[in-house]
Amino acid sequence: MVAESTVFLPAEVDEAARIVRENRNLRPRGGGTKPALSSPLAEEHVVDMSKISGILEYSPQEFTISALAGTTIREIEDALAENGQYLPFDPPLATAGATLGGTLAAGLSGPGRRRFGGIRDFVLGVRFIDGWGNVVLGGGKVVKNAAGFDFPKLMAGSLGRLGLLTEATFKVFPRPHSTITLEVDCGSLAQALTGINYLNSLSIDLEALDLIPPGRLYIRIGGFADSFPKRIKRLQELLEHEGRLLENEVESQFWEQTKEFSWSSPEGFLVKIPMTLAKVEKFDEAMENYGLARCYSSGACLCWVAGKDSRHLPDIDSFLHSLDLTGLVLRGNVDYPILGAQKGLGFLRRIKEALDPEDRFLSFKETISESS
Amino acid sequence: MKDRAALIKDLGRIFPPDRLLDSSAQLAPYESDGLTCFRSRPSAVVLAETQEEVIQTVRWCYQHSVPFMARGSGTSLSGGSVPVADGVVIALNRLSRIVQLDPVERTVTVEPGVVNLKVSEVAAPYNLYYAPDPSSQQICTIGGNLAFNSGGAHCLKYGMTSNHVLGIKAVLPDGEVVHFGGPSLESAGPDLTGFYCGNEGLFGVALEVVLRLLPKPEFFRTVMAAYDSMEAAGNAVTRIVSSGLLPGALEIMDRLAIKAAEAAVQAGYPKDAAAILIVELDGEKDAVESDYIRLSALINETGANTVIVARDTVERMKIWKGRKSAFSAVGRLSADFIVQDGVVPRARLGEALAEIERLSNIYNLRVANVFHAGDGNLHPLILYDGREEGALERAEELAGKIIKLCISMGGSITGEHGVGLEKKAYLPEMFSPVDIETMERVRAQIDPKFISNTGKMLPGGEAPALVIRGLHPLEKEGILSRE
Repeated sequence: MVAESTVFLPAEVDEAARIVRENRNLRPRGGGTKPALSSPLAEEHVVDMSKISGILEYSPQEFTISALAGTTIREIEDALAENGQYLPFDPPLATAGATLGGTLAAGLSGPGRRRFGGIRDFVLGVRFIDGWGNVVLGGGKVVKNAAGFDFPKLMAGSLGRLGLLTEATFKVFPRPHSTITLEVDCGSLAQALTGINYLNSLSIDLEALDLIPPGRLYIRIGGFADSFPKRIKRLQELLEHEGRLLENEVESQFWEQTKEFSWSSPEGFLVKIPMTLAKVEKFDEAMENYGLARCYSSGACLCWVAGKDSRHLPDIDSFLHSLDLTGLVLRGNVDYPILGAQKGLGFLRRIKEALDPEDRFLSFKETISESS
Repeated sequence: MKDRAALIKDLGRIFPPDRLLDSSAQLAPYESDGLTCFRSRPSAVVLAETQEEVIQTVRWCYQHSVPFMARGSGTSLSGGSVPVADGVVIALNRLSRIVQLDPVERTVTVEPGVVNLKVSEVAAPYNLYYAPDPSSQQICTIGGNLAFNSGGAHCLKYGMTSNHVLGIKAVLPDGEVVHFGGPSLESAGPDLTGFYCGNEGLFGVALEVVLRLLPKPEFFRTVMAAYDSMEAAGNAVTRIVSSGLLPGALEIMDRLAIKAAEAAVQAGYPKDAAAILIVELDGEKDAVESDYIRLSALINETGANTVIVARDTVERMKIWKGRKSAFSAVGRLSADFIVQDGVVPRARLGEALAEIERLSNIYNLRVANVFHAGDGNLHPLILYDGREEGALERAEELAGKIIKLCISMGGSITGEHGVGLEKKAYLPEMFSPVDIETMERVRAQIDPKFISNTGKMLPGGEAPALVIRGLHPLEKEGILSRE
């Protein structure tokens, strides 16, 4: 029997708090661009945050921006661009309609995280409704702050299960004046990984460093264009490849498509997997055998895997366990979006008990293989 | 506490006599964290050498409801490592193994007693370094850095300690051992590692920490510019920041701090300047050189009367030496001073400094300013004479006014020193009762008996008396500074 799911659409934070106080099994939704996180299962209710939207405070001089959770990433990026700034963690799915709250709750960063860090490194403050229905403030609005427990970081990747984000403040940076990308085909995965390892070991400021298996590297640099010829030449010499330059429209389009996962089928599944360089070869071989599409981002600290059939997800789950890796399903049919080895559940359960003892929001579980 | 003393003997089952300190003479050095002078006497200090000993001690404390505090080198500037009265201090300096260094993943796994600078030393052969650089980095430990989310001079571009911690193994206050995070820069699920950082010792003891290492910047351009007014220096910061440049460091010193630094280490700062600005670009050579052309042009437009550009590492270190020794140098002007750590929005730096100057006149106390201008993190040093009756109280009152000023400007009571004992009374000015109650709830789940460094950060509880007298011996030697 499938119980009816309700979709709440609060217009105000107070209204959202009342919904939290009066209901259970709530699943927050922003833009709905990550359906595995935002689509309700039986007996769950959606809190659609899209009306709680708008930029609250933006001071270009301070490098900070505060906005309500339902504000789209696109709106924020447009406001920042007017002042030559950007979100350095390079949030994905902006064109698809991702929101600030959804991106933070999912803990997602794009290829640009390579340069300065991921979303957890840029969130400064949050306001969220906890399971008691209280509106709680954590962190602050200045770029540096060490007062109180770091709720902003806790909310990065919290999947709407520790509280309902209503507002967030981020540190922003000046956007590079120009960018250019060098595409190099290293011929094989092993060669490409050697290339990444080499580039990682040098003090070369890359805006992005992605790998599309088996061996294509996309190396993006940014800054003043007058520095590019020398820097590109150096990269070509280091990698002993001429490669091909992507510039202007072609370049920005390539990265836009990467961030929108244009290479994956919207009907299929998409999984984010935090990765380490040492595990890529073994992991990639298995994914290749399953016939799945992959993209290794940001110097291979992050892998995106996509496929058409969600029946592959249990296989990925057990393979992730065997490699002691974790995955997060963004699209695809799953009861629980975390795959593989979940770390720190003992600690997380205590936090959950403090913030949401009555399960107003969904709970954290053991993953498929752990419970079997 | 006779019963407590008898109980403490029981710790002898875990520690041999030479690592279980409980006599008055042995405990005295642990009474304060040296740099601030809150004092409080523990019942015992145990010198842990293994993770297992720490776990057993925490479990023992939990079983007997004895408060404990983990301690590194005790350099906290907020009273964060002042012992809980009659509790147990778990000294971690000997728990200092480098567990694993992985040059490919660019991570190093260390135990909490490893000294900050040591991390960069072991990484150096691989051309890597550990970015967070609190000024006490020669002696402060990773465990303490993690607990207080320490900063340094390069936070604007590189972030604080928590931005460089990837994974943690910790023993929670009731003895459960937990692991989270890992070697990857990315994560899935709530960022527990980030949440654990900056807990001020309230979440138990970190036993192993995975740190991220960065390739050493291959090139620096370090510029010192002197100005006739603080306002001009502040405006220069605004100009640089809004130009799109992102320097690794942006520091300002005022007249009093310059005078003190020059007298102490002769860094070559113009003695008659009202303010100096230190700007450092770092990174890939060709990119830095390209940025530097813009930076020079900007600085020329800002009305600097003297500009010195470091031509080599020696000159660069000389510029930095004046900055890094500024605090101990101020100690030459006045043996007694309080240092504050508030943050204000960068655009209001000038306003904040003017207000501090006004308060300084009202209270008739000199205030020297040395600060991280890039991130609005002030470090006003309030100079007073401890021998003069009522001077300490006046200085404390002034310090409180400055904290409130930072809050009223939308800033923070602490940028990098933590709340500790010193500022916990001000936490409710920044957070509502509901916010603090939420922190209390989380803490109660993690530490049900309230035994882990209890009395820090969160309001309430008895605070030891504040008595500040003179420089710490290491400050006098110029090894340490309070920033």
